Amino acid sequence: MSDARDEFDLALKPTWCPGCGDFGILSAVKDALTTLAISPHEALVVSGIGCGSKLPDYMHANGFMTLHGRPLAVATGAKLANHALHVIVVDGDGDAYGIGGNHFIHTVRRNPDITHIVEDNQIYALTKGQYSPTTPQGKVTTTSPEGAIERPVNPVALALAMGATFVARGFAGEPHHLSGLIQLAIRHPGYALVDVLQPCVVFNRAQSYDWYRQRIYKLEETGHDARDPAAAGTVAREWEERIPIGVIYAEEGVPAYEAQLPALQPGPLTARAGPSATRFEQLIARFR
Amino acid sequence: MTSDLSIRIGGDAGQGIESAGAALARAFARSGLHVFATQDYRSRIRGGHNFYQVRAAQAAVEAQRDPPEVLLAFTRETVDIHIDRLAPGAGILYDASLPVDAGALHARGLAPMPVPLTKIAADHGSRVMTNIAGLGALAGVVGFPLARIDAVLREEFAAKGPEVVRPNLAVAEAARRYAATTYPDFVHRVPRGDARPRLLLHGNHALALGAVAAGCRFIAAYPMTPATTILEYMAAIGAEEGIVAKHAEDEIAAVCMAIGAGFAGARAMTATSGGGFSLMAEALGLAGMAEVPVVIVDVQRGGPSTGLPTRTEQADLLFAIHASQGEFPRIVLAPGTVPECFEAGWRAFNLADRYQCPVIVLSDLYLAGSLVTVEPVSLDWASVEVDRGELIDGGALDPDADGYRRFAITESGISPRALPGSPAAVYAAPSDEHTEDGHITEEIHNRVAMMKKRMRKEDTALRNSIRGPARYGQESARITLVCWGSTLGAAREAAALLSADGEPAAVLHFPDLWPFPVEAATEALTSAGLAIGVEQNFTGQLAKLIRMMTGRQLDGRILAYDGRPFAPADIVQAVHRVLAGESDVHIEPGEQRLPAETEVGVNV
Ligand SMILES: Cc1ncc(C[n+]2csc(CCOP(=O)(O)OP(=O)(O)O)c2C)c(N)n1
Ligand code: SF4
Repeated sequence: MSDARDEFDLALKPTWCPGCGDFGILSAVKDALTTLAISPHEALVVSGIGCGSKLPDYMHANGFMTLHGRPLAVATGAKLANHALHVIVVDGDGDAYGIGGNHFIHTVRRNPDITHIVEDNQIYALTKGQYSPTTPQGKVTTTSPEGAIERPVNPVALALAMGATFVARGFAGEPHHLSGLIQLAIRHPGYALVDVLQPCVVFNRAQSYDWYRQRIYKLEETGHDARDPAAAGTVAREWEERIPIGVIYAEEGVPAYEAQLPALQPGPLTARAGPSATRFEQLIARFR
Repeated sequence: MTSDLSIRIGGDAGQGIESAGAALARAFARSGLHVFATQDYRSRIRGGHNFYQVRAAQAAVEAQRDPPEVLLAFTRETVDIHIDRLAPGAGILYDASLPVDAGALHARGLAPMPVPLTKIAADHGSRVMTNIAGLGALAGVVGFPLARIDAVLREEFAAKGPEVVRPNLAVAEAARRYAATTYPDFVHRVPRGDARPRLLLHGNHALALGAVAAGCRFIAAYPMTPATTILEYMAAIGAEEGIVAKHAEDEIAAVCMAIGAGFAGARAMTATSGGGFSLMAEALGLAGMAEVPVVIVDVQRGGPSTGLPTRTEQADLLFAIHASQGEFPRIVLAPGTVPECFEAGWRAFNLADRYQCPVIVLSDLYLAGSLVTVEPVSLDWASVEVDRGELIDGGALDPDADGYRRFAITESGISPRALPGSPAAVYAAPSDEHTEDGHITEEIHNRVAMMKKRMRKEDTALRNSIRGPARYGQESARITLVCWGSTLGAAREAAALLSADGEPAAVLHFPDLWPFPVEAATEALTSAGLAIGVEQNFTGQLAKLIRMMTGRQLDGRILAYDGRPFAPADIVQAVHRVLAGESDVHIEPGEQRLPAETEVGVNV
């Protein structure tokens, strides 16, 4: 990790539990931005509500901690208003795939240039341990006392199915590797999902650091071709025995949503005033 | 010659009723007549009957007027449905091939005027031009120069080429000649216009134009009648004007996108109807808490739930004022006329920027969709003020200073706002309670100070920006009709009718509903005589609000929740009932009941 991340540091100490995977994610985010030479005022970190969604409060950068499930929509508006900003969304699996599921699906296929980092601890942590959309079947939680009945969402496969142009999975226990993924995601000119395996040491002890360490392997060490949709589909479905981390899929040459809007060709909306008298008169004349 | 003529055009969906009606309205407007044109989509009856009503007058008109003097009927059913709602001696133009009993119409004192519309259309063009034949025949009997209609048709069909224009004009002329020579003595003639150019548009377009003039650069919305034309208009001009118009996946996304764009610094809005506005409730509070300027237009329709999708109502007032958990400052405006929609369109953005809070504009289906002539000066670019409030240049902030306090506690409650993008103006905005520099906290002193700071913005707005009710008519009239929103037009005409009839009446209209202008309202109501609320809802929401905020109980309430707009005559009748001692008058249906099996609902 680079040491130059003080630019993003704050004196404020996170309120996360000691050992929480969110610490690793925070340091990876800061490191990625620093490595890419993006300054705090050039980035906008948007989050939802949850343990992980407190992340923008703990770093020095433009931030917006929005509503549970809504950060992608807010971030999309901000990106369309000022596409000069590097827009990053961080939220939990409940936020992203549960209450925000509809926005997730549509943001993926919309493909705005937004980096989406999901702190996937497979549990609702801030509300103290209810099952989430990614909780394994059969898991006993406070709202699934007989074990979770629904099949879990496979976020990376879902993103691929919706036409995602960049899909990666990282591990909070490997912040350096995660930083590399986040850098690629930020540089990808379109929607980029980084689903991060995030141990929650309080409400999900089953998926601990060790549990993950015994299973994860790095895709870049296997010769996986991230440009190959079929290969991506195969690794996206791997779980339990062996869990791939790294870039699962990356498609080049697809223009971002905002790059296709004629209204944005002259530059960000935020820099523009209203129409001149002449232009406005032309609009009015159509109602004669 | 009459000075005020109303024409109703009815038929099945797909018969070109709306295009014929709109063309007629535009032709009247260009001749210098004042026009009010409104469409009535009916929940589908058999083939889906609907009608269009065009009123043309020599003086300004702000409401439709019943009963009409002319009915142009494209189906036999149209005659049946409307026969009881026509003026004495009204003319009924219909296709000669329809099985209409002319003798029976005569016997009712009406003037049946069959014209072989379909045959003329087929002979001179094609059968699909029957609606154009109808327009030609209409021009013939009411004595309106066909050239005016021709000009509008030429523009309408210009894109389709001369081979489409020519037969249409031929059909119109043949039908005009037939009707004019067959019925030369029809008494209801169209008044002569003053040839002054006016604009013809509806409230949604006026509101959108106001937003454009204010420099609105972003709209995200999800289609919902009757708000959809706002998004569609912005999308249509978006590329040329540099406006992003985003059709979002749902209304939650729409309002959240607008909030994101507003946070980044673009003037941003969303537009919806009550159902969508309900979905936006939580995000309304986000804008309140994070102090993000955003404009939310709620074009009301009949509720509750899916309700009456193509009908008008004003029943979202108390919801708009209270929607979302907790307490935060908001501003609620309710324009009453098309020019007021334009003004509200730009003013809402100034208020949102000045007070850094959500601004809700309440319109309704009737105002949103009725075409009205307005003087060009009331949509004048030069009248538009752009005030971005306490927006500061982040680049001018001292980067070495202690740090930017986005939510600084001030006397006005307004904290100087720098947009994201400057090194010295970096901050994070939380939807949680937060400190002056934007960090999450539940600390008690901070909480109390922050609540006071945010709520102070409503006091500041009340002092500096919120308008009291506007009075139309004389000060100490015996009767004052108290209303809000689009009821204004019908109420003003009703007051004029009452006054002319020896019952001096005025109108008190509330253009700004929140923060409620308590002092101005109290004062205005003191000299209001008999104050009668006139509202398009069941519970008298404005009357409740007035009572809640001023303690003053209105003396009577006229309430309609049938989904149909008030006609001035409805209000006059209801006022007489109040004068006779009824305190609450609920408008009862004047139309004949339709057989249940012919009413089929539509969801829009
Ligand atoms: C509309 C709404 N519903 C419910 C909540 C309560 N709530 C807060 S966080 C949360 C779930 C958190 O889970 P996740 O998004 O996975 O984040 P984590 O806490 O696990 O990081 C819920 C249900 C809320 N804040 N807003
Ligand atoms: S509860 Fe779990 S997710 Fe939340 S801070 Fe603690 S360890 Fe992290």
